[in-house]
Amino acid sequence: MAVIKKLKAVKIDQNHLLGIQDISFSQVSEIIKQAKTFITLNKSSSKKIDILRGKTQINLFFEPSTRTQSSFELAGKRLGADVMSMNIVNSAIKKGETLIDTAMTLNAMHPDIIVIRHQDSGAPNLLSQKVNCSVINAGDGRREHPTQALLDALTIINRKGKIEGLKIAICGDILHSRVARSNIYLMNMLGAEVNVVAPKTLLPHSIERLGVNAFTDMKKGLDGCDIVMMLRLQNERMQGSFLPSAREYYEYFGLTPDKLKMAKKEALIMHPGPMNRGVEIDTNLADDINRSVIREQVELGVAVRMACLKIFCKRN
Amino acid sequence: MKEKYLINARIIDPGNDMDEIGGLIIDSKGLIKAVGKKVSNGNLPAKVDKIDLKKQVLIPGIVDMRVFVGEPGYEYKENFRTLSDAALSGGVTSVVSMPNTLPAIDNVSMVDFLKRRGRDKSKINIFPAATLTKNAEGRQMTEFGLLKRKGIIAFTDGVKTIQDPQVMTRIMSFASQSNSLIMQHAQDNILSDGGLINEGEISTRLGLKGIPFLAEKIIVERDLSFLEEYFCRYHISQISSEKTITVIEKAKNEGKIFTTGVSINNLSLNENDIGDFKTFLKLSPPLRTENDRKALVKAINNGVIDVIVSDHKPEDEESKRLTFSQAATGATGVETLLPLALELYHNKSIKLKKLIQAITSNPAKILGIDKGSLGKGKDADLCIFDINKPWIVDKNKLKSKSKNTPIEKRKLQGQVFKTFVKGELAYERI
Repeated sequence: MAVIKKLKAVKIDQNHLLGIQDISFSQVSEIIKQAKTFITLNKSSSKKIDILRGKTQINLFFEPSTRTQSSFELAGKRLGADVMSMNIVNSAIKKGETLIDTAMTLNAMHPDIIVIRHQDSGAPNLLSQKVNCSVINAGDGRREHPTQALLDALTIINRKGKIEGLKIAICGDILHSRVARSNIYLMNMLGAEVNVVAPKTLLPHSIERLGVNAFTDMKKGLDGCDIVMMLRLQNERMQGSFLPSAREYYEYFGLTPDKLKMAKKEALIMHPGPMNRGVEIDTNLADDINRSVIREQVELGVAVRMACLKIFCKRN
Repeated sequence: MKEKYLINARIIDPGNDMDEIGGLIIDSKGLIKAVGKKVSNGNLPAKVDKIDLKKQVLIPGIVDMRVFVGEPGYEYKENFRTLSDAALSGGVTSVVSMPNTLPAIDNVSMVDFLKRRGRDKSKINIFPAATLTKNAEGRQMTEFGLLKRKGIIAFTDGVKTIQDPQVMTRIMSFASQSNSLIMQHAQDNILSDGGLINEGEISTRLGLKGIPFLAEKIIVERDLSFLEEYFCRYHISQISSEKTITVIEKAKNEGKIFTTGVSINNLSLNENDIGDFKTFLKLSPPLRTENDRKALVKAINNGVIDVIVSDHKPEDEESKRLTFSQAATGATGVETLLPLALELYHNKSIKLKKLIQAITSNPAKILGIDKGSLGKGKDADLCIFDINKPWIVDKNKLKSKSKNTPIEKRKLQGQVFKTFVKGELAYERI
């Protein structure tokens, strides 16, 4: 009981969500708790409330994104905010304007929240130092993608009831993945044991120092796991000589029924999308409604982002 | 010029193995007339004006082997006047200017320009370096003989490394003809491609692409192999990792003749200082681990590394107020070289004599210039500092035109009070 009381008393005075590394256990609990209430709301016939009425949310996406951007857009709209998505392809950035200048321009329009995705690690941190509003990181370089990790956590909690004590394997291109990093921090924080599985060329230096067990043998890495998180493998990785071919990758690191046998019988399959069927995951497994929670992840993504917008939106 | 009498100083001159309380007489031509304990109040005529240094430390003017000026092409970052002011306030009286300007210092006519600007605008001694290759592109070598005759003291592509092994062997064998000094910035381009900071836990956490220590080590190993076949005056500008030290130590033990430098940044800071994407700590070579830093300190103590440089690289604020990957590389440092080095003395990491040696007599010896020590008849280039004076670095008070100091707000102990160049009092802290 004491714990719950403590959680209720939590006040989040920090206005930015830059990464899982920067938030606390109690903040995470608050986000999950709020998100749960929004799951119900999102299933009801009237999905719109007015918590953020009068607030302006700007989505500033420097990298192409379909699901994250639309998820944030929907989340903002359902909370009653005015949402504007910046199309960077045609903007001044392409004409040589720096991130800070863009930030100052946007700041002059008095937004309440900026949701940013940027190809450079640390870009949201820089932005947050220069604007008066809340900054939410929607993915920066290979550093963090906090809302993805939070929605993954919510999905697991929804299915398994908890995260503490679970064994979670994150498989694939760990080196270039912000999803992997955010999930490593979050799942560790919530008490899971985390394995990462990747060929050596796609494992970041000193990854064990982040509190994970690293495996290059997928079967060993999946042994006894409750959750199997697959990551997207970008085709460019073949050119950079990280891997010889998609065929070789699939043979050793693709999720197949055979390899999945090593995990627990009731293990869940997750994927942040978009998927490369036949490269990192067997197409039938991806669609197996008993094992795969990939579509549920997308659904809960909206709820988690609503919770984040609500909690981190700067109060006047 | 009147003769000047400096008395009651602690004179440290590692080049002459001197560390004693004494004085120094500057003659009417600005040369050192006498130095040491015999120059005392009692031994001097009573009527002359004496400057009592009150036990402050007097060392030869500092020789900084790696300084970027900005002229020509980047005057908005630093010009000769601002560089001179910055250097003098840090006790630096001689600098080797890097050739990465716009246009690059790669031909004889540029040298005349540099010498003229250096003479007219600065009070310090400017020893210009030229590029090893045209426009520092790593392909066509520059005119070592002609450039040297014009007054070029050393050859380096500065921020760049000669990647092509064949070009490097030819540079080494051709340079030996004119007895030219080659200074290599050791970093393999392919291994460090896209790299921003040391490869390790911090790069993994920050999501920044790493620069592996191997990028430095293999260039050093390669060049030292070449040196066996193509002997020349060879100097590694700066090293950053423990593994490279091992290679250098082994080569020196085998009797190979070459020298090595290190930036004060790599001796005093490590990758953890980058914190939350501080672009002022984006450096080349990158800051590495605490273990690497400790190994570098040890290498100064046992003489494996010969020289400490400031690697003074002024960058305007606009070049640094960007995301980490877009921000310019480099930090200012010429005016904080000595105080930051003294931190290593105060925390008992490095003996004072070794420290002073690495910024005075050793660089002078490598460059082959008559600086960096206090012999009779030499130019009276002097640096006088209070070894214990505490102060806090404030970028707005620094004299360099650019404010990209990597040690903003750092508490330091030791500050320069007077700097003489050729017998003239060129700087005095009031």
